[in-house]
Amino acid sequence: MVKRDLVVVGGGPAGMAAVIAAHENGIRDILLIERDQYLGGLLNQCIHTGFGLDYFGELLTGPEYADRFIKKIRAIPDIEVSTRSFAVRLTGDRTLTYLKPGGIFTVRPKALIMATGCRERTREMIHIPGTRPAGIFSAGLAQRLINIEGLLPGKEAVIIGSGDIGLIMARRFILEGAKVKAIVEIQAKTRGLTRNVVQCVEDFGIPIYFNHKVLKIYGKNRVEKVTVAEVDEGMNEIAGTRTTIECDTVLVSVGLIPENELIEMAGVPIDKGMDSGIFVCGNSFKVYDYVDSVTSDSEKAGKLAAEYIKSAVS
Amino acid sequence: MTRYDVAIIGGGVVGTAIGRELSRYKLRIAILEKEVELAFGVSKSNSGIIHPGTQHSPGSLKGRLCVEGNLLTRKLARELSIDFKEVGELIVAFNEDEYKRLLKLEKDARALVVPGLRIVDRAWLKKNEPNLSNEAMAALYAPTAGIISPYRWVYDFAENAVRNGVEIHAETKVENILFKKPDFEIISSRDNFLARYVINAAGLYADEISAMAGVNNFKIRPRKGEEFLLDKKKEDLTRHLLFPLPSKTSKGILVTRTSDGNPMIGPTAEEIEDKEDLSTTEDGLKKVLEGAKRLVPSINANDIIAYFAGLRPTAGDDFIIRHEDKVPGFLNVAGIQSPGLTAAPAIALMIVEILKNNGLEMKKKLVFHKHRKKEFHLFAIVPEKAKGLIQKDASYGDIVCRCEMVSAKEVREAIARGAKTMDGIKFRTRAQAGRCHGSFCTPRLMKLLSEEARMPLAGVTKRGPGSEIVKKERARG
Amino acid sequence: MIKKMTCIECPKGCTLSVDIENCKVAKVDGAKCPKGTAYAVSEAESPVRIFTATVMADGLNLKLVPVRTDKPIPKRDIFKAAEETGRMRIKAPLEAGDTIIENFLGLGVKLVATREATRLTGR
Repeated sequence: MVKRDLVVVGGGPAGMAAVIAAHENGIRDILLIERDQYLGGLLNQCIHTGFGLDYFGELLTGPEYADRFIKKIRAIPDIEVSTRSFAVRLTGDRTLTYLKPGGIFTVRPKALIMATGCRERTREMIHIPGTRPAGIFSAGLAQRLINIEGLLPGKEAVIIGSGDIGLIMARRFILEGAKVKAIVEIQAKTRGLTRNVVQCVEDFGIPIYFNHKVLKIYGKNRVEKVTVAEVDEGMNEIAGTRTTIECDTVLVSVGLIPENELIEMAGVPIDKGMDSGIFVCGNSFKVYDYVDSVTSDSEKAGKLAAEYIKSAVS
Repeated sequence: MTRYDVAIIGGGVVGTAIGRELSRYKLRIAILEKEVELAFGVSKSNSGIIHPGTQHSPGSLKGRLCVEGNLLTRKLARELSIDFKEVGELIVAFNEDEYKRLLKLEKDARALVVPGLRIVDRAWLKKNEPNLSNEAMAALYAPTAGIISPYRWVYDFAENAVRNGVEIHAETKVENILFKKPDFEIISSRDNFLARYVINAAGLYADEISAMAGVNNFKIRPRKGEEFLLDKKKEDLTRHLLFPLPSKTSKGILVTRTSDGNPMIGPTAEEIEDKEDLSTTEDGLKKVLEGAKRLVPSINANDIIAYFAGLRPTAGDDFIIRHEDKVPGFLNVAGIQSPGLTAAPAIALMIVEILKNNGLEMKKKLVFHKHRKKEFHLFAIVPEKAKGLIQKDASYGDIVCRCEMVSAKEVREAIARGAKTMDGIKFRTRAQAGRCHGSFCTPRLMKLLSEEARMPLAGVTKRGPGSEIVKKERARG
Repeated sequence: MIKKMTCIECPKGCTLSVDIENCKVAKVDGAKCPKGTAYAVSEAESPVRIFTATVMADGLNLKLVPVRTDKPIPKRDIFKAAEETGRMRIKAPLEAGDTIIENFLGLGVKLVATREATRLTGR
C-alpha cells in the first residue's frame, strides 16, 4: 500500500483543474490517474469551438482547452501522471485500487478527488422498442469514431434527442458527406444550446421535429428505418401522426449522467467531502453545460482537498 | 466431399451438447451452423435458467429430461469450467385458489422426483426473500434451480467437442438433404457433406430441415419472449428465482437473474409468424413490468439497462426427439423450447441411445478430453491471484470495458477461442454488456478484433455480414 | 424586413431582431452586448463561421489531427473547406496552435492544429 497526499481519479478537464489547484494551494505529493493513453478526456474528441469563453475569454476547441491544462501539468514535476490506469475499487477509507498494463496498485491518499466525468444515457434507458441491429450509437461514440478513429458510422442518420453532442454530430455527419434525415426531440424545445441549433442544424437545413418521439427501431442486421410520431403533453403518441423515416443509423443524444460507480462502491456521499476526504467534482458531481464551469468547480475541489490535507497534518 | 458418420444441423445448445457427447466415440462428426458464430440463434436469447423440473407433467419428455439434465449440468459445468450457481426457485401463490394449484404442481414435481421440494409459508418468505411482495401467501421451493450463461455454455460444449475431434462449420446454411444410399448428401450454402446419420437440431428452422429430408410431421411455431435486464447494482434484488403460477403457454413473467448478476424480468409469450422478428415492443415492456412488480413491487423501470427478444421454437406441447423410421438415419430434435437449456445434456444422452438402437456402431475413444481449461475474469478471483496474472501477462491490467471491467487479455482470448464479431466478444467476455452499452469500449474492441482476426476496421460486424459497425474508414496515407 | 436570429457569439444566445433594408442592416434590437450587434450585421450581410475538422496524419501518434481556422470563414465556403481538409495529409509533428496552412483556400485565414501530434515511436 502506497501513501500519498492527494490522488485524483480522471484526467479530463475536472481532474486536470483539480490537480493544478491543489498544487497551487501547497500540495506537493500528487498522483493523477487517467484511464486513457492521453490526458484531456472527452475534450479531445470535441474538435468544435465553444469552450473557454468564460474561463479564458477566448473561443477554443476542446483539444485546445485541454492543451492549456496539459501544458501546465507537464510544467509541474510534483504531479505524477499515470495514464492507461484504471481505478477499479474504492473504499470509504480512501483506499483505491487501480490497474495498469502489467500491474495492480493500491494507494491510500490523505485526500482523494473523484473527477470521473459522465456517460451518455442510452437508447435502453429511454426504452425505445424494436430490434437491436448495428447502426445505433450514442452521439458521443459516433463523435469518437469520426473525430478520433476516422470511421464513418453511417450514411443516413436520424438523431434522437437534441442534446448538444447530437446537434454537433449532425454537422459532423454532414461535413463527412453523410445525411441527417431528422432530429427527433420529445420536448417542445431543444435541450442543447441555441448556438448549436443555429450553426449545426439550421445552417444545414436539417429538419428538427419537436414534440415527436421515435416509436420503434427496425432492421435485422443494420438499422433500416424508424417510426416517428407526434406526442401530446403526456408524451403519448397522437393518433394519425405516425410516419416512417428510412435511415441506416440512429444517434442517441438524450442527456448525460454522472459516472459515480466507484463512489457508490465506497458508500460515501457525492459532495466536497470534508468528512470522508473524498471530493467529487466536475461532471461526476453534476452534469454542467459548460466545461468552464467544470473547471471552476474542480478548482474549488482542489483547493478544499488541499485544506483538508493540511488540516489533517497539523 | 467429406464423409461424416454424423452431421448435426444447428450450433445451439442442443447441437453442441450432442456434438460434445458424441465426441467420446470413434465417430467423424460435423456441426453445421448457418450463422457466423455458434449460439446466434435461439440459444443467445435464453434466460439461462437451469430448471429443477417443477412445471411439467410426469409423463412428459420435458419433465424427465429436465430433471435428468439438471443433475447432469452440475457435473458437466465442473468438467467444462463454467459457472453454475444453484440459487433455488420459488413458485409463488397469491391466494387460496393459486395455493391449490401450487399443491398440484408439487405433486407433479414429486412424481418426477424433483429433489428437495417443500412448500414454504409467509413467514419463511419474509425472512428468506425480503423484497417479495407482501401479498405472497406461500410458495413451492425447489432448491435445485440454478443459473448459467447460455451462450458460454454453448461455446464451452463446442470448444471441448472440437478438442475431441468434432468439426464445426459456421456460415453453412443447409439448403437441401438428399439420400444417396448409404449416405445423406447435405447441400449447403458453402460446402456439401456426406453423412451416414443426420441430427436435426435446427431450432426455429427444424421443420424446414426435416421437410428437406422428407419428414413433414410437425411445424415449428415461434413464440416470442421479451426480456429486460436490470443494472448489476441491483444484483441483490432477489435471492431466489421467482415464478408466478404458470399459465397454459408459459411460465409467466419471472424475476430472475443472469449468471453475471443482472436481475432479469420477463419473458412475455406471444405466438407470432415471423421466425426472424426479434423486436421488443412497448406493450411487452408494460406487461413485463406489471408482472414483475406483482412479485417484487420495488422494481424500477429506470434500472433497465438492456432488453432483447427471443423466439422459442415450439412444436406442440412436448419436445420431439426421435429417429424418423420413414427416413432411416434421420433424427429430429425439435420443438426444444423451455426447459431445453436444462435438458440439453440429457437430450444428448438420449440421442446416443437412439443412434445405438438404429445401427450406428459406437466405440469409445481411448482418450477423451473431458475437461476444458478455465479462463479468468480478473474480478472473479482473489486479488493475490489477480496480481500474479497481471504480472505474468501485462494485458490483464489493460481494461477495455469499464462497466464490466473486461481486460484486453480476455478479449484477445475470446477472439482466439472463436469470437468473430462484436456480439461474439460480448457473449464470451461481457464487454459491451454493461450499463453504457459499448459507448466507451466499442472503438477499442473494434481495433482488437481487427488486429487479432486480421480484418479491416470497416469489416468488423456486430453479428456477421450486413451488420458492419461502420460504413467506411477514411483512407490512410 | 425584420429578421429574428439567435446570437451565437456566446452561450447566452440572445434573440435579436434585425431590421434589414436592401441587404443591409439598419437596426439591431435585443443584443445584450456589442458582440451581438456585430454578429447580427455579419450574419445578415455575410454570414461567417469558424471551421473545424480533422486531417489525416501519417506516421504520427494520432490518426487524425484536429484543426480549425484561426478566424471565421464565409459560411458558403464550409463544404469547400471540408473537402480540402479531407484531402490533406500531415506528416510532421506539431503543437496545438501550429499553423498548417498560412492562407487557407485563399480566404486570408490560417488553418491551425488544435492538438499536439508527436512522431510515432515504438512498434
